[in-house]
Amino acid sequence: MTDRFPGYDVLGKRHTPSWNDKTREVIDQRLAMRADAHRAFTDTQWLTLNALCERIVPQPADRAPAPLAAMIDEKVFEDRTDGYRDGRLPPLGEAWRRGLAGLDAEARTRHGRPFHDLSSAEQDGLLGAVQKGLADHPAWGDMPARLFFEKRAVHDIVAAYYAHPKAWNEIGFGGPAAPRGYVRLQADRRDPWEASEARPGRADQARRENARVGRS
Amino acid sequence: MSDAAEVPQATDGRAPDVMRVGGWIPMRQYADTEAVDFVIVGTGAGGGTLACKLAEHGFSVAALDAGPYWRPLEDFASDERHQAKLDWTDERIVDGDNPLVLGANNSGKAVGGSTVHFAMVSLRFRPEWFKARSQLGYGADWPIDWREMWRYYREVEQALKISGPVTYPWGPKRPAYPYRPHEMNAAALVLARGAEALGIKWIPTPLATVSAPRGLAHPCVYRGMCVIGCATNAKQSVLVTWLPRALAAGAEIRDLAMVGRIEHDDAGRVTGVHYHRDGAWRFQRARNVVVAGYAIETPRLLLSSASNLFPDGLANASGLVGKNLMVQSNQAVWGVMDEEIRCYKGPPSLSITEHWNYEDKGKDFFGGYCYMSQGVLPVTWAGIQAGARGLWGQALIDEMTRYNHQVGLKMVGECLPQERNQVTLTEETDQYGLRIPRVTYAYCDNDKRMIRHALGFMRQNLVAGGGKEIFEETDDTCHMNGTARMGDSPRDSVVSADCRSWDIPNLWICDGSIFPTVGGVNPSLTIQAIACRTADRIKAMAGRGEL
Repeated sequence: MTDRFPGYDVLGKRHTPSWNDKTREVIDQRLAMRADAHRAFTDTQWLTLNALCERIVPQPADRAPAPLAAMIDEKVFEDRTDGYRDGRLPPLGEAWRRGLAGLDAEARTRHGRPFHDLSSAEQDGLLGAVQKGLADHPAWGDMPARLFFEKRAVHDIVAAYYAHPKAWNEIGFGGPAAPRGYVRLQADRRDPWEASEARPGRADQARRENARVGRS
Repeated sequence: MSDAAEVPQATDGRAPDVMRVGGWIPMRQYADTEAVDFVIVGTGAGGGTLACKLAEHGFSVAALDAGPYWRPLEDFASDERHQAKLDWTDERIVDGDNPLVLGANNSGKAVGGSTVHFAMVSLRFRPEWFKARSQLGYGADWPIDWREMWRYYREVEQALKISGPVTYPWGPKRPAYPYRPHEMNAAALVLARGAEALGIKWIPTPLATVSAPRGLAHPCVYRGMCVIGCATNAKQSVLVTWLPRALAAGAEIRDLAMVGRIEHDDAGRVTGVHYHRDGAWRFQRARNVVVAGYAIETPRLLLSSASNLFPDGLANASGLVGKNLMVQSNQAVWGVMDEEIRCYKGPPSLSITEHWNYEDKGKDFFGGYCYMSQGVLPVTWAGIQAGARGLWGQALIDEMTRYNHQVGLKMVGECLPQERNQVTLTEETDQYGLRIPRVTYAYCDNDKRMIRHALGFMRQNLVAGGGKEIFEETDDTCHMNGTARMGDSPRDSVVSADCRSWDIPNLWICDGSIFPTVGGVNPSLTIQAIACRTADRIKAMAGRGEL
């Protein structure tokens, strides 16, 4: 896929009026997360979790990935609940641990190998089956696999990714905005501190404009 | 995380000055052993407003909130993940045919309650809704006349300096809004274009964020992060409006104070509340207790306070505490535009139509709905793509790159009261040792017909406005009301028109849980208007020696 916002880096705005001190503190912490840190999961669960994150949110090979598994690990370790739990699911940590065990057991039964050893296509096939409600290995226990997939796995991984500046760059989101907000609210108008989209024939212009977002 | 999340800030005779970095303002304090006139549980739209008005009427008031006392200018980041600190994220079990999603968009755990992160939409009820049963044939009547509410709506609109349109095209005449409407963003103009093509009226949404300077707050800068907390104080939340007034009038506000139980004497009158603060359980004596914890925590506290004298919980002789939980349906239609919309700029709902709140012809359902233009931040938007469309993997990544072109319309729809939708207690306990609530919800057939009608009509509007590749988000809800309804008789309601418990005369409930019906508009303006009315009623009753 082509880069829709060439050269756009929301972090270039870090020292502009778009970022207040609190935002700098919070985002700095997120960027400092170690990708290999895990406290909530065993080494086996950790391998499965990393493989799962790579399939739910595949990241481009030409940059370091956002540390999604570590963000999930932190959420589970600190038991940062969402404020509700579907009555058919166990609590946050238990759901994750049982879900990862379920995926792995499902992989071993179907392919004779652990989940993280499967090819991407095999992993996607297995996840598709889980999403369709076709996973029934005893390792899931009384937790509906489809519900774990939708309400826990995809929910948490996707929320982690789109909270990361790397994802904001990919979608052209303006990112942090306080105390400075925005001035041009009309369609097809951008403030100089917003991402510029590479419409057909204007990739170079977009790249030039994106190089300036941190200087506006 | 800032100390405010861990350590009570409103202590030692001072409270945070929410308008100044590092600032403090003086605060009167009451000893636990000193019986205050009113102890209020919760400082959101109901409790915070009432604390202000009662203090201004000369009563001694201590208002307790389970959440932290934030200073938005220094404590709020421009970040969805971090700002989840504003939500009530303690565990709650959801079940029923349509298990609710709680936390982010329908609860708050902060001084100021969920108004700290509400979308600021400030609408009046349609007058007939106050007599929905007798005039429109569904739900229940409110024991209050709309003309009286009209006066209190006016008071709240003035107190919050609501910015709104010059004329309001639906319902009886109303006075001008204090501040001019906000500029329309591209997403709002899509609703407007489509509505005009369909021949229905629309307006710039009346919003509780200032369009001109007010005190130390400058006008809204259109940063678009209203629902994760306004970091510039343009938003007229309870935190920055009623509570500074409450403090100035002598009220005490206690942050990080979780109330676990209401106590009563042998005669059946309440005597105060047990609350957890600074690592210990304490007891605040009070002549009156007001519960203002919103539609889950209010019934939870009343049920948790069951005793030998009141085995089914306090104020529950009718058996209706926790029953008739009503959400508002919050379904949406989404599409993409050729143009860049960048809906993240500006307040999330800058235009609205109340057409189907006021037009009854052509409906196959009771009740009404409004719908609004939408701004959505990335984590929320990705959640919709993953949830409503089941996208993950490369399909999700690719779809998300069209974020700046997406556009949508979202309803706030009137779901009907049903006793089977309710809040009960589980046997699981939380970090305070209190029983975790269970929230059971299912749409009724009328709700489903309304949602079908709204999705169909919003789709027409979005297409007429230029939206393409339309898809529906069919399962979202917002706001919660109705678990301690008011009414004319102790048999079929929990509180009277004055928000006073029928069973225990010095126990009051003042928040969204007293709603007999929810109407098709966001409830915060009505909750605040009811709180203003309740304060005036209490003052009048006190003057007659009827407290």
